[in-house]
Amino acid sequence: MAFLQKYPKAVQWSFLLLVFFGLCFAIEVPDGYEFAKAGTEFIDKDKLDQTKYSVFWRLPAFIAWMPGWINDSVFFLLNEWAPIEYFDSDIQETKSRPVVLHITRIISRSMLFMIEFIREILIGGVETVVAFTSWDWLDKNPWAELPGLPWTIVAGAAVVLGYKLNGRNLAIFAGLTMIYISAFGQWKPSMQTLSFVMVAAPISFLLGLGFGIWAYRSKRVENILNPLLNVAQTMPHYSYLVPIMVLFGIGDHAGAIATIIFATPPMVRLTLLGLRKVSPEVIEAGKMSGCSNFQLLFKVLIPTARRDILIGVNQVIMQCLAMAVIASFIGAKGLGWNLLLALNQLRIGLALEAGICITLIAVLLDKMSLAWANKQINYFENPTFFQRNKYFMIFVGVVIAGYILSYIGTFYFKEGFNYLFIVPHNKGISTEAFWNSGVDWILDNFFDPLKVFNTWLITQVLIPMKNAFLRMPAVATFVLFMGAGYIIGGIRSAIVVGSFTLFIALTEWWDRALITMYMATFGVIVSGILGIIIGTLSAQNKTSTKITLAVCDTLQTFPSFIYLIPVIMLFGVTDTSVLIAVVIYATIPATRYTIEGLRSVPSALHDAGSMSGVNRLQRWMRIELPLAFPHMMLGINQTVVFALFMVIIGAMIGTTDLGQYILKALSDRQGTGNGLMLGLCVAFIGLAVDNLIRTWAEKQKKLLGQD
Amino acid sequence: MSSTPVIKCESVYKIFGTNAKKMLQNANGNVDAKSFQDEGCIVGVNNASFEVSKGEMLVVMGLSGSGKSTLLRCISRLTDATGGKIFIEGQDLLAMNERQLIELRRNKMGMVFQSFALLPHKTVLENIAFPLQIKGSKTNESIQKAVEMVELVGLKGRENYFPRELSGGQQQRVGIARSLAVEPDIWFLDEPFSALDPLIRKEMQDEFLRLQGVLNKTILFITHDFDEALRLADRIAIMKDGLIEQLDTPADIVLNPKTEYVRKFTQEVPREKVLKIEAVMDKSSGGQNADNITVSKDAIIETVAEKILSQDKPVSVIDKNNNVVGSVKPSKIIQTVFGQGKEKK
Repeated sequence: MAFLQKYPKAVQWSFLLLVFFGLCFAIEVPDGYEFAKAGTEFIDKDKLDQTKYSVFWRLPAFIAWMPGWINDSVFFLLNEWAPIEYFDSDIQETKSRPVVLHITRIISRSMLFMIEFIREILIGGVETVVAFTSWDWLDKNPWAELPGLPWTIVAGAAVVLGYKLNGRNLAIFAGLTMIYISAFGQWKPSMQTLSFVMVAAPISFLLGLGFGIWAYRSKRVENILNPLLNVAQTMPHYSYLVPIMVLFGIGDHAGAIATIIFATPPMVRLTLLGLRKVSPEVIEAGKMSGCSNFQLLFKVLIPTARRDILIGVNQVIMQCLAMAVIASFIGAKGLGWNLLLALNQLRIGLALEAGICITLIAVLLDKMSLAWANKQINYFENPTFFQRNKYFMIFVGVVIAGYILSYIGTFYFKEGFNYLFIVPHNKGISTEAFWNSGVDWILDNFFDPLKVFNTWLITQVLIPMKNAFLRMPAVATFVLFMGAGYIIGGIRSAIVVGSFTLFIALTEWWDRALITMYMATFGVIVSGILGIIIGTLSAQNKTSTKITLAVCDTLQTFPSFIYLIPVIMLFGVTDTSVLIAVVIYATIPATRYTIEGLRSVPSALHDAGSMSGVNRLQRWMRIELPLAFPHMMLGINQTVVFALFMVIIGAMIGTTDLGQYILKALSDRQGTGNGLMLGLCVAFIGLAVDNLIRTWAEKQKKLLGQD
Repeated sequence: MSSTPVIKCESVYKIFGTNAKKMLQNANGNVDAKSFQDEGCIVGVNNASFEVSKGEMLVVMGLSGSGKSTLLRCISRLTDATGGKIFIEGQDLLAMNERQLIELRRNKMGMVFQSFALLPHKTVLENIAFPLQIKGSKTNESIQKAVEMVELVGLKGRENYFPRELSGGQQQRVGIARSLAVEPDIWFLDEPFSALDPLIRKEMQDEFLRLQGVLNKTILFITHDFDEALRLADRIAIMKDGLIEQLDTPADIVLNPKTEYVRKFTQEVPREKVLKIEAVMDKSSGGQNADNITVSKDAIIETVAEKILSQDKPVSVIDKNNNVVGSVKPSKIIQTVFGQGKEKK
């Protein structure tokens, strides 16, 4: 009895587990029940008639009609609802089409125009000219083509800009990045990616800022926006590619729109967070200086919230480039497309080079935008005309020099390509041979141990674990989830978690969701342990902290697809490969949050501990860990999201979970409904876990007096 | 003086809560904080009426939660008062629309904040020039003015520092310079020195007195520090739970505390450091005064105590024009320094 009062939570948890396992053993697998299998069959044919089984085992798929209904609604909106008259300039006559279609076409066109305009300034082309005239006109006037810049000019301009913004270091970095891109023959795809990011990133920034401000002004807007942002941030990228494809078609603009949807939510969040943090006295100071509402917003609030808003910009740029690969699924050209090709051909060197390009561009853009925002004005110097226009004149010089160089190049490189104008895709340096031989070497020397490990992992760990997950009766799953919710956050959490789970259970994909859960669970457990170990070791001193955080940053900007390549080469197309990629990717946030948590333990507490005579291990166990634990759990939260993302991406190499269906929906014209619903299923798994961990961490933080 | 007071408050109320306005109407000017609290309303300012005339410094003193900052925010209209009237140079503040209010703040008002409230992304110079730029001055002019202000508050050489690179005292100097940049007539200071270390605080008070000696603004100064209030004020208003307990000159507050609450503050105050000779002198100047020395009626007792105590006879008190206006006995000085406070205990 005393034990019961001392540890009420422990008792509740053991009771919960008892009931859970009791239910698992009490409810038999019904005769003839077919578990989900890998296969290439279409989604619709895979339908299980779940109604014939006991509701304790599997809930009937009551909302299996929803994907079809979504498809029909979208079809109706696009093809029938509210037609309006418009003037088609191509065929010079008035036509009619539904208003939704009209709007999406206008958006598509303007996006495409912006992307192509920037792209053609960088590498030349005719699309922009066509946009203003017509193909016929172009055929008659073959000279009408944007010439494109030699790569030397773009590189030179990047160096000048880097120098103007932040001095020598940024200039050198910009130069090296450009030379790397050019030397490895990635110029054209890189410029394509760049042009698409230069449209998507500013739009995401403005949208995010706008919605952030709106939410700051109005509580109601915030309440509406919050769940939308949650879903947008946890839904796997694939799943909204389908609706975008249906609404906007295929091409760079569609990729840009998908990117914007993905990159805007963190910007909204961070804008709101930053504005909320502005101290009331600063606002009052602004008002007392006589600011109008407009001035208050743009001269006081936003600049003061700058720190968080700049983190938002950083997030936007990183997300835009992270989406480069996924956007290429719906027709975005550039590095992402190349990377995807390399992945399909299992060419690790090539993919790695493209991946590094993406990372370099991301870091360069991030640094430049940061430097630009921090630029200071000097009021005391009185610049001469030359000083004032120094950088512009240098830029003009660079342009002239670049053209002269490429002109000289035409004499020098008589045969084939003018390397001073552009290094073509397959003519650059490549490190592919090196990577291939590296993989060969590993396979030659470690083939047997790898195979043994692979077989052991699959037969002894993964398959039993998967079977255990699938063996869970639905009712037991509900008891476990809602019980956990109740113990952690009371009735409210239980209901939230319960309704997320109910949604998934009522679709026809419950088994698939269980497989997704099993893979994510495995990934999270391993990543969590690894992350906490690595994080703890790195947090021991300042240098290692810095290095580890830098590595985390780099790994996180790497397009997530890259992680799949080496593991496929080593472990083949198996669950092991996916899970190892998941573990690598998901360890990043676990490590980062562990370090942050441990480093934020006040030094006074370290001193207090030392004066009480604790040794290192005791200090870690008794002081640091308990204090850092809530923050570390938020890291685990991120780990869950990362793991889910990677599990879904893992469908590329063949898994049997929800991801496989999402991929299928992608290649299906009627895939909108399936794509969205499957995406929601994944998002809801993430959000349910998020709700549990967040509630727990917040309670714990409050208890420890951290806010 | 017959000219209109610069600030005039007529039974100003500020009540926080959803039904504040209605409840105030029902209360008929008889607001009881407790009964309002039961209804979920918090009384911030309760029936405040006073005037501040040109060039005068009114210090509002109270502990945290006494409503002093709320009162200040009502007068600067950072929050709208729930009831009552406020006049700034005869203009009805609460009747002003947004544009008039902005105009008023741009030209007539300056405010200094407890946490400095500097803009973190602007340098010292840009922070000071900020109100001018908001007003629409040319960059050149505003920077020039800002340079002047930097010199006035003694921050020369730090024009291009960011607030985060300055100490607390320096930051508050920037805050003061910013509030003075538009040359306002009315100067609001909301606990400007409370966040500073004691030594710096003393230094800043001296600096502030020096500035006020030069500028002669109409000032509303908020503080929770009674000593600071005594040091700076022409008149002091002591607030408690939204009510002004007493509004008087420092001397009157020390000598004649009206309520028990005010008395608590005054008990420990060393009188000789606060009171002027005027407060303890006898108005009748008759009799045999010491003929070789006189003291000014505006002198603080402490500074002349030795001089008076060295005499047997009363000492003549003179005003600015050297006319004798009274006399003070040595025994009275002794009584003031040692007697009164202890007797009452």
